[in-house]
Amino acid sequence: MNYHSKKLLKLNLAPWRMATVGGLLLAGLTVVAGRAFYLQGLNTDYLQGKGDAVANRNLTLPAQRGQVTDRHGQLLAISTPVESLWARPAELKLTAAQQAQLAKVLGVSASDLSKRMARKTRGEFSVQRPVTPEQAVKIAAMGVPGLHLRREFRRYYPAGEVAAHVVGFTNVDDLGQEGVERAYQDWLAGREGQRQIQRDRRGNTIRDLAPIKTAQLGGNLALALDLNIQYLAHRELAAAIATHKAQGGSVVVLDAKTGEILALANQPIFNPNNRHNYQPGPMRNRAVIDTFEPGSTIKPFVAAAVLERGLLHPGSVIDTPETWRVGTKLVRDVHPHPQMTVSEIIQKSSNVGAVKLAMSLTPHQYWDVLHRAGFGELPGSGFPGESAGRLRDAATWKPVEHATMAYGYGLSVSLLQLSRAYMAFANDGEVMPLSFLKREPQEITGVRVFSPSVAREVRAMMETVTQEGGTGTRTRVPGYRVAGKTGTAHKLVDGRYAPDRYLSSFVGMAPASNPRLIIGVVIDEPSGGVYYGGSVAGPVFAQVMAASLRQLALPPDAPETATRMTQNALRAGGGA
Amino acid sequence: MSRLNVVLVLLLMACALALIQSQHRSRTYFVELERLKKQAHRLDEQWGQLQLEQSTWANPARVDTLARTRLGLIAPPNDRVRIETLAPAP
Repeated sequence: MNYHSKKLLKLNLAPWRMATVGGLLLAGLTVVAGRAFYLQGLNTDYLQGKGDAVANRNLTLPAQRGQVTDRHGQLLAISTPVESLWARPAELKLTAAQQAQLAKVLGVSASDLSKRMARKTRGEFSVQRPVTPEQAVKIAAMGVPGLHLRREFRRYYPAGEVAAHVVGFTNVDDLGQEGVERAYQDWLAGREGQRQIQRDRRGNTIRDLAPIKTAQLGGNLALALDLNIQYLAHRELAAAIATHKAQGGSVVVLDAKTGEILALANQPIFNPNNRHNYQPGPMRNRAVIDTFEPGSTIKPFVAAAVLERGLLHPGSVIDTPETWRVGTKLVRDVHPHPQMTVSEIIQKSSNVGAVKLAMSLTPHQYWDVLHRAGFGELPGSGFPGESAGRLRDAATWKPVEHATMAYGYGLSVSLLQLSRAYMAFANDGEVMPLSFLKREPQEITGVRVFSPSVAREVRAMMETVTQEGGTGTRTRVPGYRVAGKTGTAHKLVDGRYAPDRYLSSFVGMAPASNPRLIIGVVIDEPSGGVYYGGSVAGPVFAQVMAASLRQLALPPDAPETATRMTQNALRAGGGA
Repeated sequence: MSRLNVVLVLLLMACALALIQSQHRSRTYFVELERLKKQAHRLDEQWGQLQLEQSTWANPARVDTLARTRLGLIAPPNDRVRIETLAPAP
């Protein structure tokens, strides 16, 4: 278009003015375009990130740890969310009045709280974990800047100290530290999930930005434990420890048919709900981890070894002088009888008799029986830190050791291992694999240790232990036939046998006609005057056995006693 | 030609409105879903806490003490127990 052609528009403008305005406009446009290019093109990642940071959130979906229950579904461990109080020092604005109020809500002294709040940590620190739901509501209402509540899972053990050694416990980070919590950590622990979301200005979730990775909840675990029997074992053991002023002790209750561990109690105890006083001593599961020399409780295996070879039968008579010399060692009987049958050797727990029986075998023959019964090998319960005990190879046995091995010195066992071995007598020669987990009877196969006839013969011998003239008369259970064996062993202290420190034990089974339960009891260093296994460990066995049989509603198998009880009951009923 | 354009414009408008509508509905449902998820979560937590509470009350040690002290219960002595064997059904 030609401006000069129209008269009206013809202005006398200098051409440089046009150029200046045009140039300025162009420059302005360039700046705007450049800025836009800078923001949209070059700097887009950074700005997009900023924007997303305001609206988008990565959420961690917490995974709850699985529950642990007993065989009937009673809770032994559960994770439940709790609030805990955290402070961020950089933002903290707490007035003196608020601090006093906070101290009151938390139930701590003002000085204690101010000491806690004075911490100069970078980031944040926990003021109190956990706080109760009521406290949480009150603290939230105060609305103090820099103080906030955080949700986290806390593990609770409702059965407390009663089942503490079996269940174990977790640490602050929810990792299993002891017991079942540790053995089945991978199964119990869940896997955290991830979720990316977009939020609006008010913090509502608007949409998911990526597929949700669902949190995988931890698996639940049903233990073989029967909480009722466990409690009885715990109670009776604690009572016996107090009566006999003992150092410690353990009780194991096994299901003879399935190998399930129905109860396992130890003393001393600890409270798994209180992690503050961490002492390794009481936390040790003695029944599984500690080993001891079994003493006379090994004698049934000597008898089984002899019977198995067909050398003798239960009624064979053996000369049993008061003392018997093997090499430099003089073996002595506390209650000597000039002659005993094999059965009486078990009944009266004769050391001389047991030595003579064992010496009629080669070391390897005796070792083979002990080895088959599981001594010197891991019992296979899967419990963390379970011990295999010690059984030296027969080739290295000296004659003296061969002899002492007959009455339970020179080898060491754990109580769980010993009770497991007795399953061979209870279950007609077959040992079922141990289990801390509940299982169905059809899914297990046992290992044959003795022939059924040998197992029954030895069981009959062990039944005489609880009868008149035996060492275990205080282990009787009214209405039921009981078989078992007492043990009293000197403790090894600094490499020597202490003359006045003992381990008293009893392992037995009932109903003897078809044993369903095996109970092993060991009491460490009873110092109340009595120390014989039959008098110290025996009554614990009888109490726990009686209550457990009642719990399982097993029919009595001692008919004459049952009849007598019926008549008494009728008389008592008639007189009342 | 122009008639076709008008139809297409109307169709486009309808689609746009439908999109708005469905977007809105999706948001509403999403909010509802979130709310229910939260509620389910809260109920789960509550269930856990109730289980914990129940097992604390049912703790054998507590039941034992209460039965003995408050209710005065004792285990029956053996001479007061009568065992009945059921005759097999005819």
